[in-house]
Amino acid sequence: MEEKIRGYDPFLIYKIVRNPAVGVIIHCVQCQLLRPGARKGERLESEEVSITVNGKQMRVAAGTNVAVAVIMSGEPCRFSVQGEARAPLCGMGICMECRMTVNGVAHLRSCQLLCAPGMEVASE
Amino acid sequence: MKAGYDVVVVGAGPGGMAAAVVAAEAGASVCLLDSNQSPGGQIWRGFCAETARFLPHGKKYLEWIGRLHASGCKVSPGHQVIDSPASGLLRLESDNACSDVEFKRLILATGARERFLPFPGWTLPGVMGAGGLQALVKAGLDPRGKRVAVAGSGPLLLAVAAGLADLGAQIAGIFEQATLARLAGFGLQTLFTQPGKLVEGAHYRLHTLSARYHLNSWALRAEGRGRVERVVATDGNKEQTLACDWLAYGFHLVPNLELPRLLGCRVDGGYTAVDALQQSSVAGVACVGELTGIGGLDKALIEGEIAGWAAVGRESRARVLERQLRRQQSFAFRLDRAFDLRRELRGLPAAETVICRCEDVTHGAVAGCASWREAKLHTRCGMGACQGRVCGAATEFLYGWGPAEARPPAYPVRTATLAAETDAVDTARS
Repeated sequence: MEEKIRGYDPFLIYKIVRNPAVGVIIHCVQCQLLRPGARKGERLESEEVSITVNGKQMRVAAGTNVAVAVIMSGEPCRFSVQGEARAPLCGMGICMECRMTVNGVAHLRSCQLLCAPGMEVASE
Repeated sequence: MKAGYDVVVVGAGPGGMAAAVVAAEAGASVCLLDSNQSPGGQIWRGFCAETARFLPHGKKYLEWIGRLHASGCKVSPGHQVIDSPASGLLRLESDNACSDVEFKRLILATGARERFLPFPGWTLPGVMGAGGLQALVKAGLDPRGKRVAVAGSGPLLLAVAAGLADLGAQIAGIFEQATLARLAGFGLQTLFTQPGKLVEGAHYRLHTLSARYHLNSWALRAEGRGRVERVVATDGNKEQTLACDWLAYGFHLVPNLELPRLLGCRVDGGYTAVDALQQSSVAGVACVGELTGIGGLDKALIEGEIAGWAAVGRESRARVLERQLRRQQSFAFRLDRAFDLRRELRGLPAAETVICRCEDVTHGAVAGCASWREAKLHTRCGMGACQGRVCGAATEFLYGWGPAEARPPAYPVRTATLAAETDAVDTARS
């Protein structure tokens, strides 16, 4: 079987996925739009934004989920009562393990937020 | 601001969508609320009109989203229901704002979440819900080259493993705690009643053939320094250790009962009790979808339609669907039986294993408590940010504790919202 993914770049908005049921499609991370019939290896220009996670700067595709950006950065979302590092668990806004301070606002669920230019994200 | 509708539907997954569409098409004024930014729920998460036909279950999505937009139903995404301060009234939070909505009939379709059972190492970063990991990958997380172990129970495990494998992850192994006998019985019954469901399962398995699918097996512990590096699994006799970057785990699904409980709906055997027209024990309140039994898309759609017809007084139309519904309900019942939890899982937590992740309360600290209330009073178990949404299902299985009393707010809210609530109440009175 040939390579399933071409042109995928987590730092681009678009990734190109070869879905066995569908053929080649372009998957827009931001709007979840899937465009059929893309050429193999095609890469689309995307807007990047710069955010900081615990002061470390990183560039991500505009519209990347904040929890995803934090997982990619390797930083924990929060430290537990006993000081253990914690990271996203449920991915759908229920478990509260991914809560972080975003632009100074505490206790926001990072899995429910999208990266915006200059966003400052900090572990709690 | 206060708005009023004939029918208010909470939850814009398949069940809620079907209910809202049917009621609105019949001429009722309908409002469909959801806390997410777009309708679709979990199964249709991130779908949109242009592309859904390329995605699994996309055709049904297109049918229902098309009808929804044509039906005249008011769709209100980004609204979290936090309370029902009076009969026929819901209080909502959205973007720091607080509003009220009045209803004559209410249809609850709040869906389900994954059940997490504690075991040593489950709090390590990199240990994620199976559905949770799937949602994060849909949101842009790159799984290429990651070694993923999958453990727990339920049909979701295979679907998640297949999806990750398709995107370039290496599936290190899949550990399903259910027994071969149970699954074989389930498969045989399903073959005669819903062969399509088996075809779907076989499709997922085909996409994960490079990984071993271990039945009668479960994860004993996750290990690693600062994050998960390996998982130790067992079939009850032999242990095996797998290196992994992520562990995707979850034990089937449990319904989101917070709102039905708050409204006083009777819960029976873990699900809301409803009659043949989906009506709960509270007059004017119906429950559909995973709330009445974990059965997936088709069950939710049929129940939604029935509740929609019932809400506009067209019971005869609802009764036409009864036979289809019974088939779906028996599928839900068989799923629960097939993926019933084995008792060995109760022995997994060690004394120092965290049970309540929000407050870091350990198994050793709560094991002597007779009820969740006692555990709350003595240890703060279940009193953290998630309000027991994670540890509630775990403590019910581990210790047999019943659920705690439902109290508003049904969801954590900001103090700004609570302050604004006063304004909303004043407006309501004036």
